[in-house]
Amino acid sequence: MNTKTGNMENVIQTHPAHPDIHRDDTASKLGMWLFIFSELLLFGGLFIVYSVYRYMNHVAFDLAHRELSVTVGLINTIILLISSATVAMSITAIQKNDKKASLIFLSATILLAVIFLINKYFEWGSKFEHGMYPGSDLMGMLSNGDMLFFSLYFFMTGLHAVHILIGLGLLSASLIKIRKNKIRSDKYSLLENSGLYWHLVDLIWIFLFPLFYLIH
Amino acid sequence: MSKEPNHISGYKDHLMILGVLILLTIITVAITQVELTALNTAAALFIAALKATLVLLYFMHLKFDQKVFLIMTVLVLILIAAVIGITVIDYIDRY
Repeated sequence: MNTKTGNMENVIQTHPAHPDIHRDDTASKLGMWLFIFSELLLFGGLFIVYSVYRYMNHVAFDLAHRELSVTVGLINTIILLISSATVAMSITAIQKNDKKASLIFLSATILLAVIFLINKYFEWGSKFEHGMYPGSDLMGMLSNGDMLFFSLYFFMTGLHAVHILIGLGLLSASLIKIRKNKIRSDKYSLLENSGLYWHLVDLIWIFLFPLFYLIH
Repeated sequence: MSKEPNHISGYKDHLMILGVLILLTIITVAITQVELTALNTAAALFIAALKATLVLLYFMHLKFDQKVFLIMTVLVLILIAAVIGITVIDYIDRY
């Protein structure tokens, strides 16, 4: 009896303005996972489109993929893998109540995400310079197979880049909230869910990289 | 009573998984530089699946969270695999 009331007082004392009696971290994580499943189905559908067109235009896909730089793709893959590890470490740090380390790891993740986008900018930029972009005259003159490869390349890596931007937003919001002590060792659901989203972005790239840059 | 077993992954665990992921990436690149056609596509996709499993289990914490997350994820992955598999079989059959 005594301990029970003691706990209640403790809750109210530590969070005077916001007791959070109805908070349910497991439910919010469940919600995040359901959203991730919908994302997996979205990209799964695109992978089907890619596989079918690849099967029907094998030679064109094989030749077209040589236009992409394996080195740039590899660098971006490693950047995303490292950023995935740093966001996981940021969560470890907040669980251990180490605010400073958490901020450092999260800032590193954000920095790596920005570097990924800069690489993407130059990668796409060099394609654009050669007149290769969706709807360009050059794209119109390509054979059916080449056009499908590059359309899918721009669409799928573009959609992935949009996810990177959204992830950047979520991670930045988490960073600000850690600073303001709104994310703490006893309340880090937003950071955890943003981390899950960031891992999803990494997960998708794990498949995009071999499909577009490597296999032939 | 605590509401759930709260497992905290160590920094070292994350770094080890990162090392394995980078190694697998480099292996994929090396394999696909050799001309083996169909075999090397299969190998690249197999390694990608392996990497995805590591990310799901360790970075996304499925190995340590309540089992409901792992079960749901496996079911969704089976669904995706089934849809891709059936579509591919259909196309191979037709052309």
